[in-house]
Amino acid sequence: MYRIFALTLLVLAGSLPAQAAPDGARLYARNCAACHGENGGGGLGVPLSLPSFQATVSNDYLHKTIRLGRPGRVMPTSALPDADIDAIVRHIRSWNKAPAPQFSATPVKGNAGRGRVLYAERCVACHGADGEGGKGTGVTFSRPRDLPIMAPALNNPGFLAAASDSMIKKTLMNGREGTPMVSFLKQGLKEKDIDDIVSFIRSFEKSPRSMHAGVLETEQAVLTMDSPYDLKTTIENVKQAASSNNFIFIREQPLNHGLTPTGQEDPHQHIIYFCNFSMLNAALATDPRVGLFLPCRITVVEQNGKVKMMTVNPKRLSKIFNNAELNTLCDEMTKHYLAIMEEAAI
Amino acid sequence: MKRTMRVLIAALLLGIASTACADQLLMIRSSLSFPEAMMVLQNAITTRGYKVTHVQNVDIGLTKIGYKTDQYKVVFYGKAEEVAQLTAKYPELIPYLPLNVAIFAERDNTILVTDRPGVLADFFPNPALKTVFMRWEKDLTEIVNEVQEAR
Repeated sequence: MYRIFALTLLVLAGSLPAQAAPDGARLYARNCAACHGENGGGGLGVPLSLPSFQATVSNDYLHKTIRLGRPGRVMPTSALPDADIDAIVRHIRSWNKAPAPQFSATPVKGNAGRGRVLYAERCVACHGADGEGGKGTGVTFSRPRDLPIMAPALNNPGFLAAASDSMIKKTLMNGREGTPMVSFLKQGLKEKDIDDIVSFIRSFEKSPRSMHAGVLETEQAVLTMDSPYDLKTTIENVKQAASSNNFIFIREQPLNHGLTPTGQEDPHQHIIYFCNFSMLNAALATDPRVGLFLPCRITVVEQNGKVKMMTVNPKRLSKIFNNAELNTLCDEMTKHYLAIMEEAAI
Repeated sequence: MKRTMRVLIAALLLGIASTACADQLLMIRSSLSFPEAMMVLQNAITTRGYKVTHVQNVDIGLTKIGYKTDQYKVVFYGKAEEVAQLTAKYPELIPYLPLNVAIFAERDNTILVTDRPGVLADFFPNPALKTVFMRWEKDLTEIVNEVQEAR
């Protein structure tokens, strides 16, 4: 009787559709490779294949980092199922033979006040006075190719939620070979000193949410302004206003230029493209993904006898980049767009 | 225990606070060189019925002014009838048209990045437009996947 029951179960199990294990390599290629490189060598994001990195992070840390991301620091949150994230973590681990370290969840006990002093001496240069991390997004574009890693933001709520005290402690003790992060033990600090620094880093949790982990909130996706002038005059005014706001006029074309044969374009929708190369260079160095904004443009539209100027709202777009460093630039761009349109409408 | 609770609460809050900003950019890395990836991208755009309207040479502009840059271009594309209909009926979409993809070299690889058209549904919460955005999202996903998978 028991054998028949077991056999029935086996047959039933065999008839069920097989649950395929998530393909970590494929998931990594789709979700991570753009920033971290095909083989984890880094790029916009930090290198994940460095043995010294893998020796100081747990699977739990990697999982939580993928899930929670880094608010305001480019790395997005993920809505992938846990099984997919685990598969990605396994794939990341496959680049190294060493087993994944495990860390105690027990908090490290140290003197945060003393840790503050040591942090100011030893960590500020790379990680910033408030733990805000290095500037930019990683090793790309105008950034030197020989600098393999950006100093992470230690005050970031994503980092603090993902990293245990003992993981941070091990990083401070061992350093990360191949990056500017040195071993503090080799630098002469004692284990007690390192405990104090860990306690100070953990105290960032009690600080108000850093502006470096912030995203701009604004409701308008479009900036619009009415023009009292006709279409042609408004177009000329926008060109002049762009110039007087330190932008170089690039070109003017009907919105559907290239879509319809030359001469048959809609004469009532014209895009004026312009650029401030210094600002452009600063934006690309901060985040090379900002091509979506490029070049700066204002569209002049005539509808039902009324002329309007329209453009994207960079402050609204900034949110989708999850990069707090872009916020200032986007805020500045929004002000420029408004100033140009106001001037053109005078 | 207290510490675990703290981490869990932080994780929960983070999850709630930042779900909206997850994956709002569509970004892929291609192992192709920049010129090859650019060719595959433009082919992938046109085979889906769109027309490339313009390629903005961001890199050339920067280099002329004296800045150092990798290859960096923005490809604009669209469909004539669709653009005409949408701009007539929903003029608020005008600043986001034509659609575009930024493409730039990253060492020997090439990276493509654009905002997910689905994100526009947050910007313009109109049920009629959602169908259009979802169609763009499907097409664009196919386009970037084609570039990513090309060898």
